[in-house]
Amino acid sequence: MTELVTETVNQTVPSSNDPLLDIRDLEVGFQTQYGVVPAVRGVSLTLYAGQTLAIVGESGSGKTTTAQAIINLLAGTGKVTAGEILFEGRDLTRLSAKEMQGVRGSLIGYVPQDPMSNLNPVWNIGFQVEEAIKANSPLRGKEARARTIEVLQEAGLADAADRLKQYPHQFSGGMRQRVLIGIGLSARPKLLIADEPTSALDVTVQRQILDHLATLTRDYGTSVLFITHDLGLAAERAEQLVVMYKGKVVESGPSQEILANPQHPYTQRLVAAAPSLASRRIQAKKNQDAPAPEIFSAGGTDTALITRATERELAASGKDLISVEGITKMYRIRKSGLKYDELLAVNDVSFGVKKGTTTAIVGESGSGKSTVAKLILQLESTTSGRIEFEGRDVAGLKGRELLNFRRRVQPVFQDPYGSLDPQYNVGNTIAEPLLAHNVGSRKERQKRVLELLDQVSLPAATQFRYPSELSGGQRQRIAIARALALKPDVLVLDEAVSALDVLVQGQILNLLTELQTELGLTYLFITHDLAVVRLVADNVCVMQRGRIVEAASTDEVFNNPRELYTQELLAAIPGANFAFGR
Amino acid sequence: MLWYTGKRLLQMIPVFFGATFLIYFMVFSLPGDPIAALYGDRPPSPGVIAQLRAEYNLDKSLIEQYLIYIGGFFQGDLGTTFSGRSVSSVMASAFPITARLAMLALAFEAFFGILVGLVAGLRKGKLFDASALVVSLLLISVPTFVIGFVLQFVFGIQLGWARTTVSGAAPLDELILPALVLASVSFAYIVRLTRASVSDNLNADFVRTATAKGLSGRRVVTVHVLRNSLVPVVTFLGVDIGSLMVGAIVTEGIFNINGVGGTVYDAIKLGEGPTVVSFIAVMVVIFVVANLLVDLLYAALDPRIRYAK
Repeated sequence: MTELVTETVNQTVPSSNDPLLDIRDLEVGFQTQYGVVPAVRGVSLTLYAGQTLAIVGESGSGKTTTAQAIINLLAGTGKVTAGEILFEGRDLTRLSAKEMQGVRGSLIGYVPQDPMSNLNPVWNIGFQVEEAIKANSPLRGKEARARTIEVLQEAGLADAADRLKQYPHQFSGGMRQRVLIGIGLSARPKLLIADEPTSALDVTVQRQILDHLATLTRDYGTSVLFITHDLGLAAERAEQLVVMYKGKVVESGPSQEILANPQHPYTQRLVAAAPSLASRRIQAKKNQDAPAPEIFSAGGTDTALITRATERELAASGKDLISVEGITKMYRIRKSGLKYDELLAVNDVSFGVKKGTTTAIVGESGSGKSTVAKLILQLESTTSGRIEFEGRDVAGLKGRELLNFRRRVQPVFQDPYGSLDPQYNVGNTIAEPLLAHNVGSRKERQKRVLELLDQVSLPAATQFRYPSELSGGQRQRIAIARALALKPDVLVLDEAVSALDVLVQGQILNLLTELQTELGLTYLFITHDLAVVRLVADNVCVMQRGRIVEAASTDEVFNNPRELYTQELLAAIPGANFAFGR
Repeated sequence: MLWYTGKRLLQMIPVFFGATFLIYFMVFSLPGDPIAALYGDRPPSPGVIAQLRAEYNLDKSLIEQYLIYIGGFFQGDLGTTFSGRSVSSVMASAFPITARLAMLALAFEAFFGILVGLVAGLRKGKLFDASALVVSLLLISVPTFVIGFVLQFVFGIQLGWARTTVSGAAPLDELILPALVLASVSFAYIVRLTRASVSDNLNADFVRTATAKGLSGRRVVTVHVLRNSLVPVVTFLGVDIGSLMVGAIVTEGIFNINGVGGTVYDAIKLGEGPTVVSFIAVMVVIFVVANLLVDLLYAALDPRIRYAK
């Protein structure tokens, strides 16, 4: 590791000789009832003034803990147990609480991950920005107010002056993140720590915000420590890369070099798993023993792709399994008093899904894609239009027929943490739909549970475990097993892999592809992530403001996007233009 | 906001009529004849009974009786008790005493409860927190009259700091001891509520962000933790205003206070319909108004609620 760091030093041409931030052999542990659990184990990294450095790793790799240790914001029982964090030559781990207070905000700014939860909901925006300004400067009263407006305008909120009195819930996610960036940069700190600043945002918004952040930090000469799980994003935004795995730095150096020529096996897997425009649709391989990533590789599958495509074409001949004709969904939004505003969430949407294929519906949040999913699942009723399943209108289904429809069209939702009952063990969770639809005896249900666990590649013993004991990927496997319990024909996957790390995401996508081939499933894949669409979908519908703006085969959409909006979406994929070493 | 308040006040109308009619109906269908009960073992002549029945409208149907009663209620005539005192004068003496006691108890429980809860929440797992939890558990599990007797014994008899019973006019200083007793259980709940809420909010992302801004620890706690933590506490306090205002039978009994609780209790025992219904009607209004105040305060504390109607 020490070599790697020296390497970094050698390859950089620093603007001044001393590093701005120099972390040496940092160790952070969390006190638990079983003793101290290490989260960061001997991390060293160096950041020079004006430079941008990204720490990349999956959740649990210790990247956020490292960042939080710098300004002593470790959660709960976390503590720096060894090593030093030198900032302009001063060891931050030895500062008193009072001294640290002077560093935070004014010398080191911080932009947190989730714009939804990082602004206090009970104070207005102006108050929360002004408070940061007052804490780090002598400005008071009118001057502080003027500076507040200035900071927000710099962060990209042009109408800041009129919106100071508004509350966080009246701002969109992107605007809140702009506010947080404004707060982080308000005192013109020398270093900005940006912890997954855009993970919660749509790709196009993400791009705007990151571009803006890059401009600001360049203008102010601020160094940026960028924390992300997205390799493409890191490579695009930072000159230097530090890859962390299980609390250790496994590789570091200039971004381009690492991407082109990853040395450590973990980095290689990460690079291979990063979905990008360069990837192709995953083809199911039977009897595969090797773990997921390598089938993402682009080269050499073209003939296979063609054969598969023809097969698909053949299987797909004939009628659509699901056919949607001109559906519209209108919501009434209550305004003050008795007035209503009408919102067309879905506006005249038509498409068809053939049996055994995957259709992706792509769009930003608010585009109406999830509403389409709810309408097809009959969780909400359409305002107008027709949804047919096997040629029959589903709107009129009642009682037994509706139950039968639900059995054949099953959903898998985004959040594998929220969609499983924490009080139910895995076996009961998977058996629940069987019980609800009165399928089989107790014994038969138990047998089916084991069968399903096997299908999603989980050991039989998993049935006795509880969701809290499982990882995100395992939970999503269970959610899929539950959806498969009733042998459905269609799975509606609403952002089913969006909450997962790239490697886990790759595994789940592979699993889905295999199951599709094995069971002849039809997928309706709702997502905001075009890179994932590339990997799984046969057809794509691009939605914007309730309408389908473009619908075609996946290859067509990616190779010849007709609409400007689709082109924007494609261009916004982080790392889209990078050649990943494979 | 105005719209919301108006709507809530309109909602009071059906609640008021529904509750009073229900109570009226229940009191009048209690077993036993109130007139017969007045005279004990030697019933008066049938003529006298008929005259009394007519005087108290007991010879009419339930609906008629209720309408006559409500008509009077809105003209300020709440009827008379069997002892001949007007119900309004009974109310005028009982409610101010209860109100004084309730406000004092509310002030105690809110101030000490939030203070202890805040400190316990900030020092979760430390000695102060552990002792606060034990004390609050003790207060919740020990019946009020035991707490009352213990305080009476310690402060009234051993130390002689306070009178063990309250005199007729019930001045504020004599009410301190009973208010402490009355506040004890709610104090315990508020401590626990505040503590849980504070320790939750301490882990909130926006608190970490506030610290990252460079704010002092004191400011983070008072501005970002405390206000957010008060929302559930205020809800509890509002419900509590209602239950404190309708009187505390046990506490009033222990300290010999002539408040609402005891008066209603006696009236129910005697089957004095007008007294019971009138008191309940006023209590219903107090409850509804207290709940409205809580909702308005709630909206003031949490701006997200302000626009949801």
